[in-house]
Amino acid sequence: MKVRLKIWRQPNAAAPGRFETYDTPDLNPNMSFLEMLDVVNEDLTARGQEPVAFDHDCREGICGTCSLVINGKPHGPHRGVATCQTYMRSFKDGDTIVVEPFRARPFPVIKDLIVSRKAFDKIMQAGGFISVRTGAAPDANSLPVPKPAADEAMDAAACIGCGACVAACKNASAMLFVSAKVSQFALLPQGQPERERRVLRMVQAMDEAGFGACTVTGSCEAVCPKNISLDFIARLNREYARALLKGG
Amino acid sequence: MKLQSNIPSGPLAQKWDKHRFELKLVNPANKRKYEVIVVGAGLAGASAAATLGELGYRVKNFVYHDSPRRAHSIAAQGGINAAKNYQNDGDSVYRLFYDTIKGGDFRAREANVYRLAQVSVNIVDQCVAQGVPFAREYGGLLDNRSFGGAQVSRTFYARGQTGQQLLLGAYSALCKEIAAGSVQSFTHSEMLDLVVVDGQAKGIIVRDLITGKISRHSADAVVLATGGYGNVFNLSTYARNSNATAIWRAYKRGACFGNPCYTQIHPTCIPVSGDYQSKLTLMSESLRNDGRIWVPKKKEDCRKDPNSIPEEDRDYYLERLYPSFGNLAPRDISSRAAKRVCDEGRGVGESGLGVYLDFADAIKRLGEQKVRERYGNLFDIYHEITNENAYRTPMRIFPAVHYTMGGLWVDYNLMSNLPGLFVLGEANFSDHGANRLGASALMQGLADGYFVIPYTIGNYLAAQKPGSCPKTDHPAFKEAEENVVGIIRRLLQARGKRTVHSFHKELGRIMWDHCGMARNEAGLKRALELIPALREEFWHSVNVPGSEADLNQSLERAGRVADYFELAELMCRDALERRESCGGHFREEFQFPDGEAKRDDENFAHVAAWEYQGPDKPPVRHVEPLVYEEVKMTTRSYK
Ligand SMILES: Cc1cc2nc3c(=O)[nH]c(=O)nc-3n(C[C@H](O)[C@H](O)[C@H](O)COP(=O)(O)OP(=O)(O)OC[C@H]3O[C@@H](n4cnc5c(N)ncnc54)[C@H](O)[C@@H]3O)c2cc1C
Ligand code: FES
Repeated sequence: MKVRLKIWRQPNAAAPGRFETYDTPDLNPNMSFLEMLDVVNEDLTARGQEPVAFDHDCREGICGTCSLVINGKPHGPHRGVATCQTYMRSFKDGDTIVVEPFRARPFPVIKDLIVSRKAFDKIMQAGGFISVRTGAAPDANSLPVPKPAADEAMDAAACIGCGACVAACKNASAMLFVSAKVSQFALLPQGQPERERRVLRMVQAMDEAGFGACTVTGSCEAVCPKNISLDFIARLNREYARALLKGG
Repeated sequence: MKLQSNIPSGPLAQKWDKHRFELKLVNPANKRKYEVIVVGAGLAGASAAATLGELGYRVKNFVYHDSPRRAHSIAAQGGINAAKNYQNDGDSVYRLFYDTIKGGDFRAREANVYRLAQVSVNIVDQCVAQGVPFAREYGGLLDNRSFGGAQVSRTFYARGQTGQQLLLGAYSALCKEIAAGSVQSFTHSEMLDLVVVDGQAKGIIVRDLITGKISRHSADAVVLATGGYGNVFNLSTYARNSNATAIWRAYKRGACFGNPCYTQIHPTCIPVSGDYQSKLTLMSESLRNDGRIWVPKKKEDCRKDPNSIPEEDRDYYLERLYPSFGNLAPRDISSRAAKRVCDEGRGVGESGLGVYLDFADAIKRLGEQKVRERYGNLFDIYHEITNENAYRTPMRIFPAVHYTMGGLWVDYNLMSNLPGLFVLGEANFSDHGANRLGASALMQGLADGYFVIPYTIGNYLAAQKPGSCPKTDHPAFKEAEENVVGIIRRLLQARGKRTVHSFHKELGRIMWDHCGMARNEAGLKRALELIPALREEFWHSVNVPGSEADLNQSLERAGRVADYFELAELMCRDALERRESCGGHFREEFQFPDGEAKRDDENFAHVAAWEYQGPDKPPVRHVEPLVYEEVKMTTRSYK
């Protein structure tokens, strides 16, 4: 199979970008989408052109490095997978595929398809942790955690921090990302001592980084490669209200 | 040069306690006068940076990733070992120690491994306190599973995402310290050289991957936690960007490289399917808890629908050959067994390079729901990649490069022969001997970072005068920076015709064929001719587009591949000199009639540590004898 790509090229954050069109060499439908880009890049390099810069690392949907908006959808056509887990068999011979970077004000483009997601680290530094010193921990089984709570905390903790939720949101809201971390800790007994402080600080950091408000359209959940549920946003709202009441 | 392992005297079980008492301490008020560079934020680097920050040192942390949370540790699936004995099934610190020593085919240091087993229990406590959502039983207590090479259940896990959860725990600790101002985090920053002043590691040279800017950083000590070097083989289960540059360039500054030929080939990966393939995907070893491995008994059945092959025509070869460990035989042994049946022509799948991992019995016994609960995400990954449903037809798996036991040589304090240079996690050679057991890398990374380096680095720093660390205008920094710039310019100026990737692929092929699952003298000698020739061609005809003053992924890759060429040669050299088979290092000339690895304890019960001698001279092979005071070296048997 062959496809035509319209890829966003942008030399750096300051320079303007535009779409370039590339016709791929012959492809195997079992290739991953990123392997297809590898092939295109090999081809560009061989022809003396600069390859397309794109982010990737684990290529198995866990590191959260790959991004890309494919035909208007962050992480491409399928639910519950990242770009690196998208395969060419999802497209048809002769298709035109539009490939863009994640677009959101807090995620400036660095080059071509690569954006900066430093804003997420900032939010985590504001409160995405339990303050426990190394060596100060009690025996692991001294604190039983009911299985349903542990399982739900794990559902939230599965977030890979890719930022697709932000890219999908018309307001560039980071609520799904923040709610996942807040919920994980709020559900666990270990997270209780800093429960109010954490949510207030993370929400404040999120606002300061320029992420927009959540209007619960659910577009974030629809593109999340880990199927993080919108219910966690509801929980975040409750946690936030509760913390305000308690005065953090 | 004499390699000093600095193993404390006294009975094995008391060495670490005694040593901790004897180590010099840095007084709390003085700690903030010391600067420590930590390169890497995987399990080892993040845990070390966070803990050193907590202690009061001024820490600078460097990663090439866009965020510390993306280190390759994130991809670990199966679990982490700890000698908690929560299952009451006979586990103990001693048993974990013994299993690890034996699993490593008696090629690791007793004292290091014992310490690892001791602190394993603290790691799980620490992670739980950080909010790591480990799997739990209905009573609310922690659940365990079994991993290869062990007959007890001591592996803690968080679904199939244990590495992710442990790393996010360590990353959260790091975030806390960054917020507190004790750790300064440098992302998109690649270390390209180590700076050695008067024989001691005192800084690094870094390239900003976005702007291309080169910068110098000095410190009282340098910690490398930069991961393993399995991507030498090109195709592996590693993240695409994992690389050897930090440790390789440190080696070229005088740090010895321990056992470079010890690589782990993991038995359960999704087989290679096409020429374009960019990476191999692991199917966690935990699957072997419930999955049964088999191939057809008859060659002519290999292309048939596996479900149509009757029970009596299947060869469950691991259960047949290793009845007491069965499908949980260690990785090196399982991988070689898979290779043998495929060599016999009984491999399955299109390429004939595959064996079945079958869950039909488990589904019958436990129900599909339970199997889904345990391994659902792995079945999903398998489905995405192969488009096959493993609940219905058995998975096809084949061995793939997965881990490197070798790495920079370190003493008991995790310090290299270069004073001031500490090496943690997969980047060092220390604890796994010639073969690593499953769920032990996560344990080692966190042991090194949370519980070993915080003590041992103090002993080194206590001997350094506060404020004595050299400034970055020292000639050694200038020289190192010029070296880095020189390499970059050479790569960009070659302006040849071949892409970096094509070289990497060819090198990987040479390594897989001659220095992979089975090695022999002729093959290794052949590789030692092929690699230098290919390297020559690389420097003449590599094509690296773009500029140095910009984000340039081709340039990043080119620098890494340039280092692989040299490292690959050292691996082959080491494999050639080690005239025995042990663990993951299988020399075809040295085997028992049944095909099991034949060690030579008389001549090779030692660590080989290679010292660089410059570009035109062969490296020198130093030897650190392995002394076994506690355990008896036996022929490893899992039968
Ligand atoms: C698919 C897979 C599954 C696994 N599953 C398990 C498991 O279940 N249990 C288990 O125990 N082990 C498992 N392992 C092994 C284990 O994950 C690794 O050995 C371990 O995580 C390595 O951790 P590390 O901290 O040493 O290095 P890494 O996690 O590789 O981190 C390296 C860090 O160094 C940085 N770095 C490297 N070079 C430079 C440089 N030059 N400049 C700046 N920064 C640099 C990187 O940015 C990164 O932060 C698995 C491995 C793989 C591949
Ligand atoms: S590359 Fe890691 S999630 Fe896609």
